[in-house]
This record gives sequence, structure tokens and C-alpha cells, in this order.
Amino acid sequence: MLRLELRPQPSRAWRLASPLLALALTVLLGVILFVALGKDPLRGLQMFFWEPVKSGYALGELMVKATPLLIIALGLAVCFRSNVWNIGAEGQFVIGAVCAGGVALLADKTTGPWIIPALLIAGVLGGMVWAGITALLRDRFNANEILVSLMLVYVAIQLLNFMVHGPWKDPGGYNFPQTKNFEAVTQIPRLMSGSRLNIGLILALLGAGVLWVFLFRLRAGFALQVGGLAPAAARYAGFSSRKALWTALLVSGGAAGLAGALEVAGPIGQLTPYVPAGYGFAAIIVAFVGRLHPVGMVFSAILMSMFYIGGELAQSRLGLPKSITGVFQGLLLFTLLTCDTLINYRLKLGGKR
Amino acid sequence: MSTAAAHASLRLQLSGITKRYPGVVANRQVALAVQAGQIHAVLGENGAGKSTLMKIIYGAVKPDEGQIVYNGQPVQIRNPQQARALGISMVFQHFSLFDSLTVAENVWIGLDKSLTLAVVTQRIRDKAQQYGLDIDPERPVHSLSVGEMQRVEIIRALLGEPQLLILDEPTSVLTPQAVEKLFEVLRQLAAQGCSILYISHKLHEIRALCTACTVLRGGEVTGTCDPREESNASLSRLMIGAEPPALQHKPPHTGAVQLDVSGLSLARQDPFGVDLDDIALQVRAGEVVGIAGVSGNGQRELLYALSGEDLRSPGGSIRLGEQDATRLDPARRRTLGLHFVPEERLGRGAVPAMGLDHNLLLTRHESLGPLGWIRTGVLAAQARGIIARLHVKAADEHAAARSLSGGNLQKFIVGREIDAGPKLLIVSQPTWGVDVGAAAQIRAEILALRDAGCAVLVVSEELEELFELSDRLHVMAKGRLSPSLPMAEATTERIGAWMSGLWHEAVQGHLHELEAGHAAA
Repeated sequence: MLRLELRPQPSRAWRLASPLLALALTVLLGVILFVALGKDPLRGLQMFFWEPVKSGYALGELMVKATPLLIIALGLAVCFRSNVWNIGAEGQFVIGAVCAGGVALLADKTTGPWIIPALLIAGVLGGMVWAGITALLRDRFNANEILVSLMLVYVAIQLLNFMVHGPWKDPGGYNFPQTKNFEAVTQIPRLMSGSRLNIGLILALLGAGVLWVFLFRLRAGFALQVGGLAPAAARYAGFSSRKALWTALLVSGGAAGLAGALEVAGPIGQLTPYVPAGYGFAAIIVAFVGRLHPVGMVFSAILMSMFYIGGELAQSRLGLPKSITGVFQGLLLFTLLTCDTLINYRLKLGGKR
Repeated sequence: MSTAAAHASLRLQLSGITKRYPGVVANRQVALAVQAGQIHAVLGENGAGKSTLMKIIYGAVKPDEGQIVYNGQPVQIRNPQQARALGISMVFQHFSLFDSLTVAENVWIGLDKSLTLAVVTQRIRDKAQQYGLDIDPERPVHSLSVGEMQRVEIIRALLGEPQLLILDEPTSVLTPQAVEKLFEVLRQLAAQGCSILYISHKLHEIRALCTACTVLRGGEVTGTCDPREESNASLSRLMIGAEPPALQHKPPHTGAVQLDVSGLSLARQDPFGVDLDDIALQVRAGEVVGIAGVSGNGQRELLYALSGEDLRSPGGSIRLGEQDATRLDPARRRTLGLHFVPEERLGRGAVPAMGLDHNLLLTRHESLGPLGWIRTGVLAAQARGIIARLHVKAADEHAAARSLSGGNLQKFIVGREIDAGPKLLIVSQPTWGVDVGAAAQIRAEILALRDAGCAVLVVSEELEELFELSDRLHVMAKGRLSPSLPMAEATTERIGAWMSGLWHEAVQGHLHELEAGHAAA
């Protein structure tokens, strides 16, 4: 039998190296997977690790996908660090997109550029309201926030479907369930021509900086983390756990809503049933692989974005199924959890029971 | 030959035991010899390596070097199961009992499954009767007092018919009367040939009970002796290399009432907690008021109510100075000058994973700028100041709280609260698990604070400590608080009786005397 034994002193070096080790193991398992599927492993790895970075345009696309992942993950880090388990960022992302889309649909040829901040704020507020439902149910009725936030994802998706199949369906859209294309004025300003990269990236990097300050330099961030690490100590200090719950959920809901707004008014440009692309769930992996640290999450968001792009390329060029992206994301999370476990515990053979 | 005879009566002999952990040597070349039927004390400060040594004997830790000879045979004890098979039992300081099961069920789940519950119940009855350990096997554990739980653990150990019984700080949870009872049981066991390893840092107990003593300091044996022939002073010299400085207890200069509790009744929150019943208590500036009592009699609940962690107290029942504090949370009470050192250091008094500097922010705000900006330089300097003042052993001010030993962390937490210059300091178990040197230092700091005019409330299980610190004593039992007793009238016997909740008789008697006196006059 195998047993896990707590290590008295986990190695600091290995703790930092753990994400890299997990990545190496993911690559190794990926190679085995490609061979088992009868594909050239080198070609496979090329799709994931070379194609996404080989040109300026490819790098731009990499960042386009990394941006929503990073913004959502930054919010989730606040939640997870305060021991609030918001699993429903995907739903908050969708509602953010719906609200921003609603504002964008108000625009016509005469609308000024004020529509951009307006739709971004609508997205943030939408995400906050959606996460606020979870906070309210948890606060009032002690409902489990994991289940509530997760189930609200499906409600949010149905709400989106209702809007695009019903009231907001494009009359000239050949009965496709989608809104009309948003007016050009609602398009999130791009950073440069020839790339879909927009100011969302700046907002995301700014967000990482703000999060760093909040977590490590402000008492409010400190209080929130105490609540997560040692609830009894938070109570002893007099930090309110209710305040922490609401702050964490509203911040992460707002971040996910912002990501949703940037996405529909940016790369997508209309509301369709394909708005929920799984960013809200992938961001959970981004948050943990990035060690819930603002800087770490910048890197893990880029990595996760590589998996998205690599997965798409593997579909089109190698004829691999769509699920390859999910497989790679899952592998990375599992190898990371394994590495972390083995860094904190040692494996022992034998021993009764 | 005589050496053979000596060997035959040696139950356990350790030689050259060394155990290294990263950064520390817990045991270095430790030798220990225990005779059959001997009550052998292992004395040492916190962190001296006592627990590691016992875990090695019990098979829970593997030594890096050294030999264990048990009943004349060299053995390697790989795990606790093997230790029990050899006849070695251990009673840990922290009990491992399930609250919702009965005594018999608790014992049964740890045993061979071939026995039925009825058989186990009968065996518990037999053992209990044989040693005069009063316990009902059918009672659920949550209804037992801590002393009774310890009896369950001892009976569980005795069911294995041990030849060597290890007891880790067994008296920390007992009333003086219960300690005497425990000693009788242990003497009876020893008379039947069972060897006992008794781990403690309480010198008077060791001198009263044990016939041999091995003293550890910094992981090494600093001496073996017959404790009956030693004095407290000579034993503590062996233990810490010096005598702790005697405390200066000046007469108190009391001032205004800082804490005024009256009519504090509170239903329990936790199903296994205690209801508080009409607590009344006053603490004045410049005095130390002690609360004695076996833990689990409502101290925990009272402290939650006083600190503000439990805000259900009836309005007006807790006053800080002139102000009704019943609706104020801990942070607001702190601004009124109430600082509190909780019993649980890790997880309540400090966040285990955070550095000492950040742990200051739980109760201290001096390093905060506008908008709650943390000035890290100021924070670090503040932490260094407390570390230096209390001689806290820590790598630096960023060391995680959990990396400190219990005693050092306690020094830091006490230092954090004292350094705040409180008007009222409430301390729970100020020196629980703290080594002698550090304990003396913490007590001196508390007394210095009192002399500076702070009101101090100390809740402790250690009577000696309360006698040393307090100007007045209360006793807590079954959720009620006794009347205040001046130190001149506080004797061990009296406090011990009051710990069982028997102060009404005493008070009534006192009143009768007074009335008789008045009538005569």
C-alpha cells in the first residue's frame, strides 16, 4: 500500500519550480498521447508550443486569448485567497457579455465613443450582480457557494440563449440565433492595426498591478487573506467574514463581467450562443497554476492561451478532436496538483493500512 | 552475576539515540535506562527533545542512530502497532476520542475486531475497578470532563497490559485532587512491575511521584538523578542551566474599574460547549485577577464573549471602563484598550502561514498609512522590536508563525499585545507549553504591565502560575464563576474544592460566621 507522509519542511526551491515541472510532465504526457494517436509527436508539440509564438501576428492572437483568462483569474485569485470558492466565473463572464451586448445594441451611427466605457461598466455591473446572487445566498442562507455559483453558469447560458433566440435576434440574420453585428463605434480600441489585440490587454496588466498592491500592500487585502488562511484569526482580529465574502465575490464577478464585455465588444463583435468558450473555467486553472500570484498568473494565462490555440491548430492541421485542448488543460492541472502534493508530502511504500 | 541481574530488571535501555531534523538535532546521543516498576521522569523545557524521544520509543519516529534494548533484547520499533505488541503504551497530551461515541465504543474501535463490544465494556469495568478509576463505559464522551477523558485514555492504554506506560504531560488538565488520584493509580501500576515514563516540566510533581529522573536540555541528557533528593532549584538548574529569576510581586495600586461584567449568561453555541450562567467579575487598573479552573468549564466561552468574538452577550453585561461593549466587535474593543491573548496561538492568535511582521497587523495598526497602506519598513521594524524585547527565537521578522516553537510564538503574541500599551489585558493560558525560562519572562512582563497601571485578567489551568501572578482569584466551574477570593485566603485545597463548583457551601458558611459575629456583638 502507498501512504502519504507530511514532509516537515517542504523545499522552497521545488515549490517555485513546481509549475515548470508540471509543464514538463504535461509535455511528456502530450508526446505519449500523440504517439498513441498515431501522430508525429514533434508536429504535435509544434502546434502547441511553436506555432502560437512564431510570428508577431501569432503572438497577438496568443495575447487576445490570454487577456480574458488573465482578467478572470485575477478576480478568482482574490476569491480563492479568501477561501471563497467561486466556480461560476463562466456565468459571470456570460452575463457581463450580455449586459455589454445590450448596451452595444443601443448604439447607432450617431453614437459617440462614450459607448465604450458605458458598455464596459455594464459588463462589470452584470458580472457583479451575478456573483452577488451567490454572495447573497451564502450570506443569508449559508448556501454552498461552489454549487450556487456553478449552477448559475447554466442559468446565465440559458439567459444568453433566450436573448439571442428571442428579443435580440438579428432580423436580417437568416434566422440564426445571434444579434446583429455591433456598430463600429462600440469596437474596443485596438492597440495596433493588423492585430486583434486591444486595450483589454492593458487593462489586464494594469489589473495584475492593482491586485499585487491590494494583496501585498493594503490592509483590506491582508484582512481578506487572513479570512482565507485562518478564519479563527480573522475573527480574533475583528475582520468581518461577511465583508470578505462580498468583496471577494463582487471583485471576481466584476472582473469576469469585464472580460465578457471586452470579448463581445472586441474579437466577437456580436452576441451568439458561442460566447461561453470556457474561459471562466480555464481561468480557475490559470489562477492555480499561477500560484494565485499576480505575476505568476500573467505567465499561466499565456500558457493556457497556448493550449487553446494549439488545440485549434491540432484540430485543423492534425485532425485531432476538439477535446485535445481540454485534455492538455486537464493534464497541466493534474500534474501540478501531483507535484504540489509530492512536494508537501512524501510517498511511503508499505505500512499496515 | 550482578550485572546480569541488573540487566534482567532493566525494562528499557536507550543508548546513543540521535535524531536530526532539517536545521535541528532533536536528540543527540541520548541514553536512558528505565528499571522494571520504576516511575521515571523525563524532564526538560519545551523543545528539549522529550517528545521526539518518546515518539522514538513508541515507534512513531525512527532514530537516525542509536540502540534500543527492551527487556534485554535489542529491538527496532518500526511503528506504534509494534510498540503496543511489545507492551509499550502511550497516553498523549491531546486525546484522540470521538465526542459522539460512548467510552466503550471509543476503546473498541482501537482494538482487535475479534472482540465484541460487550466484552470490551466488561474489560473496561474490570480495569476501572482494579485501579479505582471511576468511569462509566456507556457514557458518551462529550458528556465527560477532561479528567474523565484522560481516565478513558489511561484505561485504553492499560487494556494492552503494558509493561511500559508513557504519559505525556498528564496533569495539565487536572484539578489538584485529580492529580493526587492519578498518582495513586500510577504508584499502584508501578508496584505491579509496570514501568512508567513520566514526561513533565512540573518540578514538584516529579519530586512527589518519580523515583528516577533523566533531564534533557537542547536534545542532550544533562543529568540523571533521584528527584526525591533534589530541590526545585537544583532540578531547574539541570533543566535550563540556571534558576529562573524570582518574580517581584509588589502590592497593587488599584485604580478605576476597567472591566465590569455582570449578569453575563450565554447559551452555548457549540453542542459540546458550556452555558455561561450569570457571570459577574470586575478588574481594576493596576491589579491582576486570576481565573482558575479545569478547562472546559466555560473559560473558552467567557473569553469569546469578553474579546468580542461572540457578540450575543446581553446588553450592558460587559462594560469597558464606562462604556457598554456588548455590541462592539474585537477591533472596536481594541480601540477602547482591550487586548487579548488567546489560548490557541496558531490559527487564532496568529496566522500560521504568514510572517511575524504581517501577524502584527491582526491587532496593531501603527504601521498603516492612509487608505490602509502597509508601510513595510515600519512594520518590519516594529516586529524586530518585539522579537528583541521578548527574546523570541526566530529566523527573522519575516519567519512564518508556524516555523516558531510554541513557546517562542507565545512570547511574540504576548509581546505584540503588551507592546500595544493596553488598558485591559486578557490572557488565556499565558505559559501553556512554554519552557520555564520563557514562562518566567512572560509572567514578569505581565506583572510589569500591571505595575504600570494596566488591568490584567489571567485565565489559567496552572494554579502555581495564578498564585504567582494574581492579586485576587476567581474559580470557574460548570459555566459559573465563583466570588472573588483574596490571595491570602486562597489555598490549594480551597481552590481545588471550588473547582468542583463547591463554593456555595463555603460562601454560606462564611455568611453564617459573619451573622454569628454580628449577633454576638
